[in-house]
Amino acid sequence: MINSETSPPALSIQSLSVRYANHTALQDASLEVASGELMAVVGPSGCGKSSMLSAVNRMTDLIPGARVSGSVLIDDKDVLAGKMDVQQLRRQVGMVFQQPNPFPLSIAENILFALREHGVRNKADLEQRMEQALTSTGLWDEVKDRLQAPALGLSGGQQQRLCFARALALQPRVLLLDEPCSALDPIASATVERLIASLKGRYTLLMVTHNLAQARRLADHLSVCWVRDGCGCVLDSGPTLDLFENERHPLAYQYLNGVLC
Amino acid sequence: MSNSELWRGRALGLLALLVMVAPLSLLISVFGEGLQSLSWSFLIDEPLQAGRAGGIGPIILSTALVLLICMSLALPLGLGAALFLAQEVRPDSRLNLLLQWALDGLGAVPSVVFGLFGYRVFVVEFGWGYSLLAGGCTLACMILPLFIRGTEQALRDCPNSYNQAAAGLAISRFGYLRRILLPVAAPGIAGALVLSAGRALAETAVLLFTAGYVMRWPESVFDSGRTLAVHIYDLAMNVSGGGPSSSATALVLLSFAMAIQLLAWRIGKKTFSRETKK
Amino acid sequence: MSLNTTSSLQPSADRLLRSASLLCALIAASLLLWILLFLTQASWPLLQKPAGLMSANWHPSSGEFGLQAMLGASLLSSLLALLLAVPAGLLVSLWMIFYAPAYLARPYSAMIGLMASIPSVVYGLWGLVVLVPLLNQWVPPGASVLAAGLVLALMILPLLVVQADTTLRVAANRHLAPALSLGVSQWSVIRRVLIPASWPRLWPSILLQLGRALGETMAVMMVAGNVVQWPMTPFEPVRTLTANIALEMSYATGSHLEALYVSGLLLLILALLLMGLARIYGSRT
Repeated sequence: MINSETSPPALSIQSLSVRYANHTALQDASLEVASGELMAVVGPSGCGKSSMLSAVNRMTDLIPGARVSGSVLIDDKDVLAGKMDVQQLRRQVGMVFQQPNPFPLSIAENILFALREHGVRNKADLEQRMEQALTSTGLWDEVKDRLQAPALGLSGGQQQRLCFARALALQPRVLLLDEPCSALDPIASATVERLIASLKGRYTLLMVTHNLAQARRLADHLSVCWVRDGCGCVLDSGPTLDLFENERHPLAYQYLNGVLC
Repeated sequence: MSNSELWRGRALGLLALLVMVAPLSLLISVFGEGLQSLSWSFLIDEPLQAGRAGGIGPIILSTALVLLICMSLALPLGLGAALFLAQEVRPDSRLNLLLQWALDGLGAVPSVVFGLFGYRVFVVEFGWGYSLLAGGCTLACMILPLFIRGTEQALRDCPNSYNQAAAGLAISRFGYLRRILLPVAAPGIAGALVLSAGRALAETAVLLFTAGYVMRWPESVFDSGRTLAVHIYDLAMNVSGGGPSSSATALVLLSFAMAIQLLAWRIGKKTFSRETKK
Repeated sequence: MSLNTTSSLQPSADRLLRSASLLCALIAASLLLWILLFLTQASWPLLQKPAGLMSANWHPSSGEFGLQAMLGASLLSSLLALLLAVPAGLLVSLWMIFYAPAYLARPYSAMIGLMASIPSVVYGLWGLVVLVPLLNQWVPPGASVLAAGLVLALMILPLLVVQADTTLRVAANRHLAPALSLGVSQWSVIRRVLIPASWPRLWPSILLQLGRALGETMAVMMVAGNVVQWPMTPFEPVRTLTANIALEMSYATGSHLEALYVSGLLLLILALLLMGLARIYGSRT
């Protein structure tokens, strides 16, 4: 059990490169996310943002032919090292995907299943953690009367919040968000954004998004990615408002301010 | 449509009708002759006078036993193999190609060759003699490729998003299989099972050399016994005056085959409607 | 699909799962090998002295094991079946897609599906009881290559129709509208564009059905007449390799039995060759 008193870790990506069988998705990317902060990663399609995210919780292990080099340090421990326990890593680093993907189980089972798999057996513990997770995503009041109903019957926004709850129930310390709102309608999107904002401080968050306005609203820090010579790279990285308002890097500045379409 | 098109359509329609003459004649003759000898007692009684009279009770039981043995072997073996193919093998790897060739090749083996194989291995080498067990085992080998193909498809059809979510939550392979993959793939697997059972039910040549010809009530799986298909053959070819009983048995076999087709169709519809509901 | 090379929260269950599924796959994949092995072993003594296996004389009691006539019978009846079923299947499929009104096309399609599920022994029964006497009235004895070819054609027709249907519909979706908009008649489009476009997809299916026809036992056994000879006319009785095995297996011993295994091996190799051709052809399109 993780002590919730400790502050969330810092995330440091250093010279990360991700290569797939036939092309390089990301080349030599580096960025720093301070404890409890939300860093948004923006950029055009194909610049390796999702690959970067996948490397942090070693989801790249699942892709045949993927090669990852560089280092990703969470509280000074390199997750890419061979002896890292990937199971524990994925408990401490939660992920929410672009398309809401609740399991074809009941609402309660979606959360309890993952908890049980990670060794939580005590019934009281299970119930408490589930309620906690659902409450922190604002779902508890909406679903507490129909916990046994199929999760696929929920609306898109609710499903995505359930996916958040599912990840949060495992009490992670870092959250990876891959365009969490892009598949949702504006109202649902706003609800999820409020949820994300509420998570800052308790978790360290790395969020990929296409929505520059959203990045501006939510992120403490920003990284702008680009495609150079056919592979992705990080152009600039720093405090959000600084990047939006001051021309630190000409290309990044133009992209953020909509000059380049 | 122009005039010539109209005539062309008519000509093709005539051909289509001509083609249907044979199967329609088959159904009429089987139903016509078969219904006369069909009765409840026919389904339960023992055959008498080498099958010219009496019923097909023991034969139905033997058929059911052979099918049961066959499916009990094919299901776990086929499911395991399909799981391996769907989960551990990359579609573009050489291992995959090798396995696909091996399974397709197995599927191309003529049924009479399976009979020879089954005879040599189960009846002779294993020493089981002509037995329902030997028949069931050989039949399992025969339907394995068909079942594996259907099951593998059902497993692959499971949306990858579930797999990703499970991986992100560090859910074990076993847990994912048990709670998510198998339940989602279940209708497809059931469909494959039913289709394979239909194929097994229709088999004759394989069983001639492995399960034997005996018409008695089987006392154990090591007993010899004949299935519906074998009975039809024997009555038609080797027993003079066995025509009516043969037709009646054919009617029973056809009914089972049709029921199986219907079951497979309904399972297929359920899968489709579930997929489109999401 | 995933390749999971990481440790697991339930390592023993996961490891067991992996080993078990690997074992099942190995067993299933090796069956073909086992069959080839056992058949070769069983036919070995006779294969070593290729005493007239390719002759046309099959007299087991006097030690003559010529497979030629039976191989010929298998090939002739199967090719005849293809000759009848492929054009018929294609034309029927065309009718269902382009000419048949919906109220006819759907039940017809259902009937085709029904045909596919009729067991071969029931086809054989009908052939014996209806077809052969009919042919007998035309030219005795009725049980003949022709009868075998007809019954086999009926058996392979449904799957050919299904394959043709799928392929033609795909081709029609792509080519029909543009061609018609150029003022070309429907039949011309079918003949000049759709059918040529569909051939590459049809060939593998045809080869597979040929293999099926070669391997069919019961139906031919019941209608072909079972005389070992090269037929001079389609009306003469023949015995196929498959029927031969089924008929003589129960009492064959010694070299006779070995000869049956040899014919089984021959059938297997033919079937595998056809399947291989179908696969290679199919992957090239």
